[in-house]
Amino acid sequence: MQLTNRSKQVSNKEMTLMERAYIPAIATGLAITIKHFFAKKVTIEYPEVKRYLGPVFRGRHILKRDEDGRERCTACGLCAVACPAEAIQMVAAEREKGEENLYREEKYAAVYEVNMLRCIFCGLCEEACPKQAVYLRHDEFVPVFTERDQVIWGKDLLVEDMTNRYTREAWTKEEARALDAKRASGESTNVVPRAIP
Amino acid sequence: MTEKALIPFTLIIFLLLVPGFVVIGVYLERKVSAFIQDRMGPMEVGKWGVLQLFADLLKLLQKEDIVPKAADKWLFLIAPFVIFVAVFAGFAVVPLAPDLAGSGAAVGVFFLLTIVSVDVVGLLMAGWGSNNKFALFGAMRAVAQIVSYEIPLGLSILCVVMLTQTLDLQAISFQQGIYAVDPVYLFEMKQFGLDISAIGGFLSWNIVRNPFLLIAYVIFFIASLAECNRAPFDLPEGESELVAGFHTEYSGMRWAIFMLSEYGMMLLVSLLGAILFLGSWNTPFPNIGPLRLADWTSGEPGTWFGYLSGAFWLLGKAVFGVLVQMWARWTLPRLRVDQLMYLGWKVLTPVGLVLFFICGVWRLIGI
Repeated sequence: MQLTNRSKQVSNKEMTLMERAYIPAIATGLAITIKHFFAKKVTIEYPEVKRYLGPVFRGRHILKRDEDGRERCTACGLCAVACPAEAIQMVAAEREKGEENLYREEKYAAVYEVNMLRCIFCGLCEEACPKQAVYLRHDEFVPVFTERDQVIWGKDLLVEDMTNRYTREAWTKEEARALDAKRASGESTNVVPRAIP
Repeated sequence: MTEKALIPFTLIIFLLLVPGFVVIGVYLERKVSAFIQDRMGPMEVGKWGVLQLFADLLKLLQKEDIVPKAADKWLFLIAPFVIFVAVFAGFAVVPLAPDLAGSGAAVGVFFLLTIVSVDVVGLLMAGWGSNNKFALFGAMRAVAQIVSYEIPLGLSILCVVMLTQTLDLQAISFQQGIYAVDPVYLFEMKQFGLDISAIGGFLSWNIVRNPFLLIAYVIFFIASLAECNRAPFDLPEGESELVAGFHTEYSGMRWAIFMLSEYGMMLLVSLLGAILFLGSWNTPFPNIGPLRLADWTSGEPGTWFGYLSGAFWLLGKAVFGVLVQMWARWTLPRLRVDQLMYLGWKVLTPVGLVLFFICGVWRLIGI
C-alpha cells in the first residue's frame, strides 16, 4: 500500500567511489543548513508578541452587560449545572425597585464566583447560558496566580466594564465559521468587532 | 620600531582578545546553531540576547567548585589550567599584524604544534584525576584522537613550510602579499615569469600559490576540527555514552575554563589556518591596474593603519574560519570511533603524504 509519493526505494548496494568520498554529500548537507540559516524564522516570541487566536478562543470568563449597561445574568444556575468541573457557584437575589438600570431580569446573581483552578475552559457554561450572559474571552487569559485568594474570581473581576467593552468579530461558532469561509474566498475582510452578541 | 618593545603589548592584546573571543564565540555558536535549526537563539537578555553569556558567566561564578572525594585532588584542580596555558601559550607566536607579534620565534610553526600537544597532558590529567570511568574514557578518546590527527595536521603544515622555506610565522605572513621581500610568482612558477609581487591580494596567498595546497588546507581544516574536539569529531563528549567526557566531574569556574580553552583552541587553529594558507594579515583584494585595492586596504608595516588593517584582516579570516567550524558542527552527524581512526590513519595521512611529495616536486619544478 502506498501512503505518500515521497517514499524512496532504499537499497544496500555497494557505494560508488564518489559516494564513499562523502564530499558531495557533505556539500549538500552544508547547502541545506546554510539555506535554513537565512530562512525566515517561524518563532513568535510569546510574552512580548501574542498571536491572534481567532474570535472564539476560550480564555477567561466575562459576565456581559447589555447595551444599557444592565447585567444580563439572571442567576438561573444552568452554567453551574453544565460545568463538568463544578467551578461555578452563585447566589441569586431578587431585583429591588429602582435597580432596573442595574439588572436586566427580575432575578440576578448577587454572588457569582468561578474557581479558576477548577475551570477547564471547555465553554459549556457559555453554551448553556439562555441569557447570553457568560462568555469566555478570546483575547485574555487567566493570569498566573501565586496566592490562594487570586484563584476564585468574583463579580468584581468578571462583570464587563462599560467604559472598555469586550468586543469580538463573531459571537458564535457558526458566525465564526461563516466569517472564515468569507475570508477564505476573499470577500469582506474588515469586520468591525461588536460588543453585543 | 623594534619587535621586542611590542611583546608586552601583544600579551595584553591576546589576554583581552582570547576571553573576548570566547564571549563572542559562545554567542555566535548559539546563534548559528539556532538559525540553522530555524530557531532564534537567546533573545531575552539584552538586545537580541547579546548579554546572555554574561548572565551565564555570573551563574558559573556563583557555583560551587566541587572536588569529588575520590578524585586525585591536585591533578583534578590543576588540569583545566594546564589545558588553558597550553592553548594560550600558542598565541605567543601568532603575528597579529606586520611587525606586531608576541614572539618572533624563528621556529614558530614548530612551537605551535608542540605547545598544542601539551593540551593532551591536561586532558589526561582531568580524565584520570576525576576518578570516574566516563571521564577516563572521554580523556582516552580525546588523547587518541588528538595524537592521531596531529600527523595529517603536521603533514599539511609541512606542505606550506616546504613552499615558504621558513618556520617563522611572521616571515610566512610577509611572503603572502604586497610587502613580500622576495618576488612572488603566480603558482610559484618562475618559468612563467608572472611576477605578482605588486599585485598581491588573494593571488599571492599560499592556498593559491600552489594549487595542491587547497587540498592541504582541507586536510588541515579536518584535522584541526579533530584537534579542537569539535563536531563531527566531538567523540570525547557524548551524553548517551560518556556523559560529558573528561569534564564530567567539573563544575563552576573550572568547567568554564575548559570551555574557554575549547573556544581559544578554535580561534588558535583558525588563526593558524589563516596565517599558513589564507594570506595571514594580508588583504584579499589585489591591485588591478589603476585600482590599487591592495594598497588601499592595507597599510605600510609599522604604521597605525598597517597595524589596524593587518589585525582586521587576520582576525576577520580567523572568525570566518570559526564560523565555518560552527557551520560544519551543526550540519554533520558525529563519526563513530572506528570511523574516526579510519579517516585519520587510512585517508588523511596517506593523502597528506602524497601531497607532501607533490609539493616537493612542485617546488623543484618551480625553482
